[in-house]
Amino acid sequence: MAKIKINGKEFEVDPKKNLLEASISAGYDVPYFCWHPKLGSIGSCRQCAVVKYRDENDTVGRLVMSCMEPASEGSIISTDASQAVEFRSNVIEALMTNHPHDCPVCDEGGECHLQDMTVMSGHQTRRYEFGKRTHKNQYLGPFINHEMNRCIQCYRCVRYYRDYAGGDDLNVFSSRNRVYFGRANDGVLESEFSGNLVEVCPTGVFTDKTLKKHHTRKWDLTTAPSICTHCSVGCNTIVGERYGTIRRVYSRYNEQVNGYFLCDRGRFGYEFMNSDKRIKKFVVNGSFDGVTKESAFDFIVKALKGKKIIGIGSPRASLETNFTLKQLVGNENFSVGLSHKDYQLAKLAIDTLKNGNVRTPSLKEVEQCESVFVLGEDITNTAPMLALSIRQAIKNITKTKADKAGIPLWNDAPAREIIQDAHGPLHIAAPMASRLDDVANSTYFSAPENIARFGYVVAHFIDSKLSLPSGLTEEVTSKARKIASDLLSTAKPLIVSGVHCKNEDVLKAASDVAQALKTAGKDVRLSYTFEESNTVGAVLLDGKSLEEVFETKAEVLIIVENDLYRRLSTEKIDSYLSKFEQVIVLDHNCTSTTKKATVILPVGTFTEADGTFVNMEGRAQRFYQVFVPESDTIESWRRIAQIATAIDKPFDQKNFYDFTESLVINNAQFTGIETLAPPPDFKVQGQKIARESLRYSGRTAMKANINVHELKPIEDADSAMSFTMEGYHGQAPTSLITSYWAPGWNSAQAINKYQIEVGGALHGGDPGLRLIEPSKTNFKFYQSNPDAFKVSGSGLKGVPVYKIFGSEELSSKAAAVKERVSESFILLNSKDAAKADVKADETIEISLNGQLSSVKVLIQDDLADGLAGISAGYCGINPEMTDVTIKK
Amino acid sequence: MERPLTKNIRPDGKPLFIKEYESLGGYQSVKKALKMQPKEITELVKKSNLKGRGGAGFNTGLKWSFVPMEGQFEHKYLVANGDEMEPGTFKDRLLIEGDPHQLIEGMIVTACAIQADEGYIFIRGEYTEAAEIVKKALAEAYEAGYLGKNILKSGFNFNLHLHTSVGRYICGEETALLNSLEGKRANPRAKPPFPQVSGLFGQPTIVNNIETLCNIPHIINNGAEWFNGLSLTPGDGGTKIFGASGKVKRPGLWELPFGVTLRELLEEHAGGMRDGLKFKGCLPGGASTDFLVEQHLDIRMDYASVAAAGSRLGTGTMIVLDDKTCPVGMVLNLEHFFAQESCGFCTPCREGLPWTEKILQKIENGKGEMKDLDLLQFHTKFMGPGNTFCALAPGAMAPLQSALKYFREDFELHIKEHKCSWK
Amino acid sequence: MLTAEEIHEIQEEFHLYPYKQAACIEALKVVQNHRRWVSDENVKDLAALLEMSVEEIDSVATFYNLIYRQPVGKYVILLCDSVSCYIMGFEAVLAHLEKSLGIKYGETTKDGRFTMLPVPCLGTCDHAPAMMVGKDLFRDLTPEKIDEILNKYE
Ligand SMILES: Cc1cc2nc3c(=O)[nH]c(=O)nc-3n(C[C@H](O)[C@H](O)[C@H](O)COP(=O)(O)O)c2cc1C
Ligand code: SF4
Ligand code: FES
Repeated sequence: MAKIKINGKEFEVDPKKNLLEASISAGYDVPYFCWHPKLGSIGSCRQCAVVKYRDENDTVGRLVMSCMEPASEGSIISTDASQAVEFRSNVIEALMTNHPHDCPVCDEGGECHLQDMTVMSGHQTRRYEFGKRTHKNQYLGPFINHEMNRCIQCYRCVRYYRDYAGGDDLNVFSSRNRVYFGRANDGVLESEFSGNLVEVCPTGVFTDKTLKKHHTRKWDLTTAPSICTHCSVGCNTIVGERYGTIRRVYSRYNEQVNGYFLCDRGRFGYEFMNSDKRIKKFVVNGSFDGVTKESAFDFIVKALKGKKIIGIGSPRASLETNFTLKQLVGNENFSVGLSHKDYQLAKLAIDTLKNGNVRTPSLKEVEQCESVFVLGEDITNTAPMLALSIRQAIKNITKTKADKAGIPLWNDAPAREIIQDAHGPLHIAAPMASRLDDVANSTYFSAPENIARFGYVVAHFIDSKLSLPSGLTEEVTSKARKIASDLLSTAKPLIVSGVHCKNEDVLKAASDVAQALKTAGKDVRLSYTFEESNTVGAVLLDGKSLEEVFETKAEVLIIVENDLYRRLSTEKIDSYLSKFEQVIVLDHNCTSTTKKATVILPVGTFTEADGTFVNMEGRAQRFYQVFVPESDTIESWRRIAQIATAIDKPFDQKNFYDFTESLVINNAQFTGIETLAPPPDFKVQGQKIARESLRYSGRTAMKANINVHELKPIEDADSAMSFTMEGYHGQAPTSLITSYWAPGWNSAQAINKYQIEVGGALHGGDPGLRLIEPSKTNFKFYQSNPDAFKVSGSGLKGVPVYKIFGSEELSSKAAAVKERVSESFILLNSKDAAKADVKADETIEISLNGQLSSVKVLIQDDLADGLAGISAGYCGINPEMTDVTIKK
Repeated sequence: MERPLTKNIRPDGKPLFIKEYESLGGYQSVKKALKMQPKEITELVKKSNLKGRGGAGFNTGLKWSFVPMEGQFEHKYLVANGDEMEPGTFKDRLLIEGDPHQLIEGMIVTACAIQADEGYIFIRGEYTEAAEIVKKALAEAYEAGYLGKNILKSGFNFNLHLHTSVGRYICGEETALLNSLEGKRANPRAKPPFPQVSGLFGQPTIVNNIETLCNIPHIINNGAEWFNGLSLTPGDGGTKIFGASGKVKRPGLWELPFGVTLRELLEEHAGGMRDGLKFKGCLPGGASTDFLVEQHLDIRMDYASVAAAGSRLGTGTMIVLDDKTCPVGMVLNLEHFFAQESCGFCTPCREGLPWTEKILQKIENGKGEMKDLDLLQFHTKFMGPGNTFCALAPGAMAPLQSALKYFREDFELHIKEHKCSWK
Repeated sequence: MLTAEEIHEIQEEFHLYPYKQAACIEALKVVQNHRRWVSDENVKDLAALLEMSVEEIDSVATFYNLIYRQPVGKYVILLCDSVSCYIMGFEAVLAHLEKSLGIKYGETTKDGRFTMLPVPCLGTCDHAPAMMVGKDLFRDLTPEKIDEILNKYE
């Protein structure tokens, strides 16, 4: 720690930080643009000027950019010396000479860092009287809107997009006061993380196109903390609603999970909630004509009377929903809604994490690892934000080089210069090329069986006591040997695998590699990806697989938030469903399963319900209802409780909190999740936390066409938040942060004020609770020793290919995401394509486990012989895709 | 009087190639340096009081001494800065075109001193002839064994390449130059770290001006004392190539000792003003130095004296303003240049220079108001030293702030008469 | 498509740098030497050759004055517009060039022979005004000398 003086007051600060970070952490408002806690400093905007003094006797001092000065022992600065104050206001004035000042029509208005900094710096009247430069804007795809005239040239966008996220199709062009940030030509921004530009850009150059079409201001949104539902990473979000539709998803800072960022699926996938495929009415026997809630329930009561019920929950539904359903139908009759295979895979992964002796990391811990070995996953497409973290992790080992040269890491450009392109080891074994390959030191492409074997070879070279699979080529062993030595050469290796190549041996091999490293004394981490936002929660809750539960004889089937046709082949599901008298489906969007329902009950999405998801790390995280929908939509768990009441078996639990509590009482493994958020009666200064800002507008007018009398605000019985602007607006407990705001800070950058130290943990701790910790003692090596993959004569073995846009169920229904989804496809290498006599881009018929699908042919030569990559999760694609035959 | 730098340069400017160069004693210093300890060379150069001729005037030996001499590096680099885009500066061209081997010799010795194994001669793209000459000279030097592996069987290796630039004044700024050499946009880099520690490709690097490097062989051959003795000013070793452009009788370049007076330069060497014209002022060392006027004619041309007079020696090539040329127009021309050449990285320069240019244009067009002068004054402070990322913008403000001081009436005249009376 | 000769010349440059992306500016120069300017297609081809994105190449290309991303005439006239040439009257030379060629800065003559651009100080201030035509430097210019010079360029 270093002692420094800011404005005459002494502070103890981390000397590895710069003076801007130190000043902000100390609570001083120093304006800035180009600096960003995750991107470091470059000193270009000159906005963060302060006066630095040589010593106590120096009364004049000199102007320095606080972001470019280390917070070294004895530093004395003033943030409010007139010289600094005046200069900062002049910098804004200069920036404004070319800014169009179009705040009234700019989507950033009201949460614009430039607006904030302008006010903060005190600049008011502009002396510039000449013309402004103008630029042409570009089409950047369905997610991001481009308005270059608003640019203040802070270089954050390119630094984030290129240096941080590894994208290469955004850059800065030209020079002097004509510098231009964009693509070489109009076109879709290719990075899976492009949406963060919206938050990284301090003004309105890059804005959320999906928000733009609604014209909504930040202060007019009703917002609540949420958890992304589009993969197993569980990024924290803030979701905003107005006029009954979701308007945007913003990142919610959680140091342990997603930090400042989100992936594009998480940010733009929300539009499925506004889709015309939403179920908002009760449907009985295929019709909603004349069906009311009462008539639907009458029907259900009759249908259920004296009948045996099976309940199928879902890995995309909350813990509470699954639990409530389980309570309704009884443990014996409950399924978590996964196919046997998927259930086994997920269970194996979870058990390994629980019984092994290797800790599974949070994303923050991932970012601290030094070498990475990925087995069987295209993480960018299956757990996108994990991939972004891995990109950061492999920079760690090289940082020592900068350290040695005395270059602090926040000093971004010089640190980069001395590190050059070097990065720590990243090795990937996968069925085919993946999006992280650009920074991989080695890749090994083969069938899942061989990836598992490859993993065991690596494990053997780490710990020679482990067996070495036989029949290996020299090339494979030398590759594996290199990986083993790379992993052993770092203190913190990370092994990543997951369920997505649908092979248990891959998971086992990954575990053996990790355990071997642990035995070798390494501070190793093991990370498994899962398919859905609550796969881990559902499996922890325990229940049967689909195949198992369908063995039970019953007349009525209740399916909650699950499209069974995504789990098993059409043929199987058709035959299962045909055995029931009644199929009651609770869901929020039309699916193949709702088509088969005799009754459909509308329920809320994750923004219309409170709930808990457990992410891949085993971290239970709470999400909250954002708004109360006008239609008949209510939470799934509440709907299930209604059914219970209707059939005269009412539950004791009334509100969300009650369900969570009894979930914990009945399932010890969830102990603690009841404390994820304060109880509903929690109050600060006698008030609930407000979901709306004090500036929320139009409240009395927005429903005046229906009734001029303002309705009484709806009470939230489930959480400690109010649905309106009534309530507490200061800093809420971290699990209840509805939006980031601090006096003078209206943009996302207000986050600074919520952190103990800039870029660090939130005051009050980061929300979430880890449910899975390794047992230190009774771990074992799997050593499952699978046979090598053999190309079978004419047939092809299917391997699922995941796409960030297209493979996940809900986001694929979102309007903007849909624009990025390709047709269903089959991936073949040229040799196999020639053998099957098909050409690139041709649309062909294939049979997947006997079911016909029409797909487009894509040629990719890194795919191993005898494999067919199939677009996983795409509409019309059979989820069981082991046997593939090309029909033409 | 000795003129080590230009003694070989022919009156017609035709280049001197290796045979002749060697016959005139060329490459002797390399032989000597190869036998010296690197530290010895650096120490000698430090003592010689050779100061960087690129404009900043930093002690060259001292700069070299910051290069780490212990530890393993992939490479160490030496770069000759021949960007020479500072308006009014044309001295390095003379040296490369007239005596290319002098530069190469100086670079080999410098490489010995810092133990560099790779070098680049960075020349602006418009110097097409210079590039041809250097290319030929480099080939000759390789051929003769002065460059490449195991130079003169000493075991020392040094490869030297030519890089011709593709334009932009900012490439002359040493860190921007390094970015440009790396094939990147020529934005300057943050200092610290200084290039001596982390320069080209993150390796220790020395960037020196062409003229600076051309002095090295002579210091090695003749010693520090001799070098100090060349100058009339204690503390500034050696000679300097001075020059003059503008409406003087004999514009040109002259190698003279430090400490000659401005008057001598103007009246004796440049032949005084053209007939019918009066001296109004001059920028003593290129476009980014402050105006000196009549009252300064007797100051000595050395770093300290010119600084004491409120300007900078800069590159030592002066631009003379006569009484028939509009000073506002001249400053406008300068600021136009700087605004065009801003790299666009930092705010004050990127936005402030075009703004400044527009105000000056307004005044020159007869539309100016008195408050515009305050605004110009403001800009000179706003873009002052320390406020911008690199020295381009502060340099740009030098002629403006001094013009506002010395030629204020001329600005006011434009405003009062609503026109430029020089047109 | 880059020609074999261009590719060869570019690959030669790779040896001078620790990695080939550093030869980006050299590569642009090679293409421009052969084609006078660098087209979008050339940028794409260079990107493939240097294993960079189009954006990365263009970011560099558009920074520099002497890389032309638009077609230029057979000869580029670079007329110095900096301070010494200003004092020595380059504006008269410019006016004459504009009249003789019928073009302004940034334009190309109808016959495609000349493109005229301003250039900062050519470093020959003792012989101002100065200009370059192609690779040739002309000094001590007067309006009278211009036509004679231009005639040399077919
Ligand atoms: C905007 C700008 C342009 C510069 N242009 C040149 C130049 O063309 N030639 C040069 O030698 N130095 C130039 N310099 C100075 C260099 O940054 C650097 O100080 C010099 O090359 C060091 O060499 P020296 O120590 O031998 O003088 C420039 C500096 C700035 C800020
Ligand atoms: S002062 Fe700033 S914008 Fe100007 S050239 Fe230097 S870094 Fe670039
Ligand atoms: S934040 Fe410090 S210069 Fe931009």
